[in-house]
Amino acid sequence: MEVRAQVSMTFHLDKCIGCHTCSVACKNIWTDRKGTEYMWWNNVETKPGTGYPSKWEDQDVYKGGWEPKGKSIGLKVTDKFRGLANIFHQPHLPTIDDYYEPWTYRYNDLFDSPAGDDQPTARPVSMITGENMDINAGPNWDDDLSGSEIYAKNDPNFAALSDGEKEALFEIERLVFFYLPRICNHCLNPSCVASCPSGALYKRGEDGIVLLDQNVCRAWRFCVSACPYKKSYYNWSTGKSEKCILCYPRLETGQPPACFHSCVGRIRYLGVVLYDAEMIEQVASAPENELVDLQKEMILDPHDPEVIAQAEKDGVHFSVIEAAQKSPVYKFLKEWGLALPLHPEFRTLPMLFYIPPLLPVLGHVEKGNYNVDVENYFGSLDKARLPMKYLAKMFTAGDETKIREVLEKLLAVRMFKRAEQVDDIDQAEVDKMLEKTGLTPEMCEEIYRLTALPTYEDRFVIPPMHREYAADALMGDPYSFKAEAGIGGFKDRPERGL
Amino acid sequence: MTFSEFMFGVFPYMCIIIAIIATTWRYVTDKFSYSSLSSQFLENRDLFWGSITWHYGILGILTAHLVGLLIPDSILWWNMEPVRLYVLETTGFVLGLMALVGIILLIIRRFSSSRLKVVTSNMDKLLYVVLFTQVLTGVLTAIFYRWGSSWYSSFAVPYLWSILELRPNVSLVDNLPLTVQIHILNAFFLLFLLPFTRLVHMLSVPIKYIWRPHQIVRWNQRKQILGPF
Repeated sequence: MEVRAQVSMTFHLDKCIGCHTCSVACKNIWTDRKGTEYMWWNNVETKPGTGYPSKWEDQDVYKGGWEPKGKSIGLKVTDKFRGLANIFHQPHLPTIDDYYEPWTYRYNDLFDSPAGDDQPTARPVSMITGENMDINAGPNWDDDLSGSEIYAKNDPNFAALSDGEKEALFEIERLVFFYLPRICNHCLNPSCVASCPSGALYKRGEDGIVLLDQNVCRAWRFCVSACPYKKSYYNWSTGKSEKCILCYPRLETGQPPACFHSCVGRIRYLGVVLYDAEMIEQVASAPENELVDLQKEMILDPHDPEVIAQAEKDGVHFSVIEAAQKSPVYKFLKEWGLALPLHPEFRTLPMLFYIPPLLPVLGHVEKGNYNVDVENYFGSLDKARLPMKYLAKMFTAGDETKIREVLEKLLAVRMFKRAEQVDDIDQAEVDKMLEKTGLTPEMCEEIYRLTALPTYEDRFVIPPMHREYAADALMGDPYSFKAEAGIGGFKDRPERGL
Repeated sequence: MTFSEFMFGVFPYMCIIIAIIATTWRYVTDKFSYSSLSSQFLENRDLFWGSITWHYGILGILTAHLVGLLIPDSILWWNMEPVRLYVLETTGFVLGLMALVGIILLIIRRFSSSRLKVVTSNMDKLLYVVLFTQVLTGVLTAIFYRWGSSWYSSFAVPYLWSILELRPNVSLVDNLPLTVQIHILNAFFLLFLLPFTRLVHMLSVPIKYIWRPHQIVRWNQRKQILGPF
C-alpha cells in the first residue's frame, strides 16, 4: 500500500440548471487570452448531445484514453515508438474546426458607420484571422437541443440503444435532457501525462492536480489527442498546450476553484481523498465491468488507523488526512455509493465523480399526456424517460445494475423525506425501499442535508496545501520568509517564440 | 584576406560561435520560447503531405551528410563498385527530392490559408527562403555535379574537418562550383539562424520518451510527516 492524497470532486447532476456560470467564471480568469479563446476548461453540455469538441466521446475517431494491451494497457492514440514516428504529423489530432472558430463582433461599426438608410450592424469576425465569418458552431451549440437531428441524434452514447429506443427519445412528448458540466478529471492514470513526449505534464504529488509545465512543452500536442475527455488544449498562438489547473492558486489560498465557487445550483463538492497508488495499474487494466468497483476500492478509508499510519509514512500531512475524513466526496462516493466516474471505460481513473440525474425519471407519458403518477409519486425506474442503458453507457461502462442501484438510492432518499414531511407515502413502502438499497434513516437524512442544504464549508473541504513546504523547496533556506517565494512561474509575458 | 578566405575561413566561425552562444542563452533565459510551434491545429490536411515528406527527407539527408562527415573513407570505399555508387546516389537523390517537394508544399500551404498567415512571423518567411535555397542547391548539385557522394567525401568533408579542427583550409572549396559554394555558405547561415528561429525545435528531440515511465509525479518534498494521530 502506498497512500497518496488527491483533491477530488463530485458534481450532483440533478442540481445542475445549465446556466454556464461556471464556464464564464473560468473563462474570465484563465482563458481570455489570445490563442485560448476557443478553450473552455470548464464547459456544460446538454445530454443527449454531441458536446464540445463535437462528439468527443467517440474514441473510434479521437483515440483518447487507454485500451487493454496484453496483460496491461496502452495508450490508444500512440505508443512510444509510434509516437516518435508520428511526431511530424499527428493522425488523430482534433483541429480548431472540431471545437469552433472563436469570433467577436465589429461593435465599432455600430458607432462609426456614416449616416445611411440602413441600421448599421455588428458583423461577426474571426478571432483568429480577423476576417468576416459565418458562425456555425460554438462551445455550447447543442444547448437544450435534445431532440435535434444534428446534435442530440449524433450523441455517441446512443450506440448502446436499439433503434426503437432511440426513436422513442425523439418523440416530442418524450424529449428529455440533462446537463453535464465537465472540467479536467485530474485522473489517477492520466493519459495526457503518459502521452507527452517531452514529459511536460505531471501530477502534483501532494494533491494530485494534473498540471502542464509550459517551459518543457514543445507543442507535440499528444496530450490533446490522448485525453479522452478532450480537456487538454493547444494554444495555437503561443505554441504551448494548456489545461484546467483546478485553480490551484485559489486552492493554495483556501478558496475553492472559480467554477465551484460560482456554481449557482451549488452542485459542486470538493474534498481530498486518500488512495492506494500501488493499485493504479491493476485497476486501470481490469475488465470493463469491474472498473467502477475497483476504482472505489482504491479509495481508502481515512478513518482506518492502518491507512492513517501508512499515509503519514508516505508523506501525507496529518492536516490533509483530517481534511480527507471530512471530505464530502468520500461520503458521496464511498459511504453512500452515489457517485460514479464519467466514462470509466477510458481507463484514466478520473477523479471527478457524478451523481447521475434522477430528475428525468420522475415523469412519464401516458396516452400522449405528460403525467406525474400521483398514486406512485416517484414513478418507477422502468418508466424512466431516459433509458438506463444511456446513463449506463456514460457512467458505468454499460452496466445497468450499477446505475440502477444509485438511482434507487436517490429515490429512497426522496421517499424517506416525503414520508417524513408530507406523510403521503406508506411507511412500509419506505422501509422496503431502505432495505432494498441498504440505506439507513440516518444516512438518508445526511444525504438529504448534504444534497439540499449544504453550507459553503460542507461543500468545499479544502485541505491545507502547505505552501511552506513548497517554499522550502523553491528557496532552499528553511528559515527564509515564506512570502518571498511567490508562486514561481514567469518573469516575462509568456509569448510566442520566434 | 580575399573574399573567399573571409567567406569560407571566417564566416563559418562567426555563425558557429553566435549559434552556440545564442542557443544557450535562449535556452537558459527563455525556455518558454522553445516550441515546434505546430500549426496542425489550424490546418491539418495539407500539413500531412508537406510535413511528412519534408521531415523524413531532410532527416535522411542530414543523416547521410553526418555519416559522410564521420566516415568519409568508408564512403569512398563503398563507391568503388559502380552498382553500390548508384544505390547510394539514388537514395540520396530521392531523399533530397522528398525534402524539396516537402518544403515547396509547406511554403504553398503556409501562404494559402488565412489562418496560417496569422501564425507566420518574418523569421519564418526568412527561414523558408534559406531552407528552400539549401535544398534546391543540394538537389541541383546532385543532378549536375556527379558523383556528389564521392567528392563530398574527398573535398567538402576535409574542409569541414579543417573548420572543426580550427585550421580552416579554404583551398579545398575555393574552386568548387558556385552551386556547391552557395550550399556550403547557406548551411552555415542556417546554423546562425538556428537560435533566432523556430529551428530550435530540432534540439528538443524527445528521445527520452522511449524509456521514461508513463506517469510523472512531482513532489515539493517527500518525507515522512508524523502528526498527532
